[in-house]
Amino acid sequence: MSKQRKAVSLISGGLDSLLATKVIQEQGIHVEGINFFTGFCVEGHTHAIRKKDQSKEKRNNALWVAEKLGIKLHIIDVIEEYKPILFNPKHGYGAHLNPCLDCKIFMVKKAQEWIVENGFDFIITGEVIGQRPMSQRKETMPIIANESGADDLLLRPLCAQNLPETKAEREGWVKRDELFGFSGRSRKPQMALAKQFGFEDYAQPAGGCCFLTDATYSHKLADLWQARGHKEYEMDDIMLLKVGRHLRLSPDFKVIISREQGEGNFMQGYRKQFISLKTTSHAGPLALIDGRVSEADIELAARLIARYSQGRAEEQVELEVRQLSGETRLIKVKPMLAHEIPKAWII
Amino acid sequence: MEKISLKLHRMLCPMPVIKVQNCVKMLPPGSQVEAICTDPGVLNDIPAWCRINGHQVLETRREGDEYIVLLQVGDEQ
Ligand code: SF4
Repeated sequence: MSKQRKAVSLISGGLDSLLATKVIQEQGIHVEGINFFTGFCVEGHTHAIRKKDQSKEKRNNALWVAEKLGIKLHIIDVIEEYKPILFNPKHGYGAHLNPCLDCKIFMVKKAQEWIVENGFDFIITGEVIGQRPMSQRKETMPIIANESGADDLLLRPLCAQNLPETKAEREGWVKRDELFGFSGRSRKPQMALAKQFGFEDYAQPAGGCCFLTDATYSHKLADLWQARGHKEYEMDDIMLLKVGRHLRLSPDFKVIISREQGEGNFMQGYRKQFISLKTTSHAGPLALIDGRVSEADIELAARLIARYSQGRAEEQVELEVRQLSGETRLIKVKPMLAHEIPKAWII
Repeated sequence: MEKISLKLHRMLCPMPVIKVQNCVKMLPPGSQVEAICTDPGVLNDIPAWCRINGHQVLETRREGDEYIVLLQVGDEQ
């Protein structure tokens, strides 16, 4: 009897990796999934934070895909290892701060290490030539295979027929003529294949698999780096960039103002790390101050925050200022008028 | 039998799942892990992760702001 071959599949949670895995399972290969968590993945976060989103089903798409396929899923925390990729991508950024090509190389390289450790035979991804402008082009396919070190152990079942034969095909572990030759930006072939396999309700992320493809998010991250004078971030920074309005009042500090109750509740957890302000005379948001501030800065921030409270039209609004130590005091300020908020403050 | 309690406050999914996964990996079958979280998403994600990987959810409950999942490590690790 021939040996049971095993493949690991990079599961993003989208349709392509779902289909690529299914195609290989159909050929009798044992497949397990691997999912890398960089910290920027478009998963539950914002849903978990924003109250208005809490009624939406908070499923993790990678887990959902694995369950649909009946495969094990290994989720790997690569938050720290991913940082140098994002700080200094050899192949540059995409439209925003997304280092897609370096990111793909990194993930395939991690998968390559994983198959060696776990005795698997090859790696599969849902890549399709021409699907994404930066990382999924005819020229980038060999770059990913070579620079990751996976070489011909990397098989892309959805576009394999347009690429040179890989080891899995050569050795007869999988039949090349039962793989596909998809190319281009059209999603129709994938949708037809999904229908054939009976998959419905799959996730279709628009821009890409992470927040770095989002213009506003990337802008906030770039601002954070600029303000700190170097590229660094912690998990808390990544999460806070997803919550609230961010306004930079000076190079030294920015104010994060909750937009609704869910965000306010979430931000409360950060009151030991940031000076926080909350309106007391009127209903209003919770705000955090990120940076170094003088008394005058706190008053300026308070006037801005008062603008976003129910007391915006009043002469005076009272706020509680809370220091990191938990010490609090009250201040009264005149809310800013709309025209007093420079557009340049808004990040 | 081992029972481990993980306090996973303020972590958002999938971090709690990763922490549970890494803890379960170290434990023999039959051990129990209790994950105490604040992200309600864990009530979907940890059970989904257990179903996929052959572990058993014994209990899920909410206590105030905490969402707690108790699971038992399956036989096939
Ligand atoms: S969108 Fe690009 S940078 Fe983000 S996870 Fe996907 S490949 Fe990586």
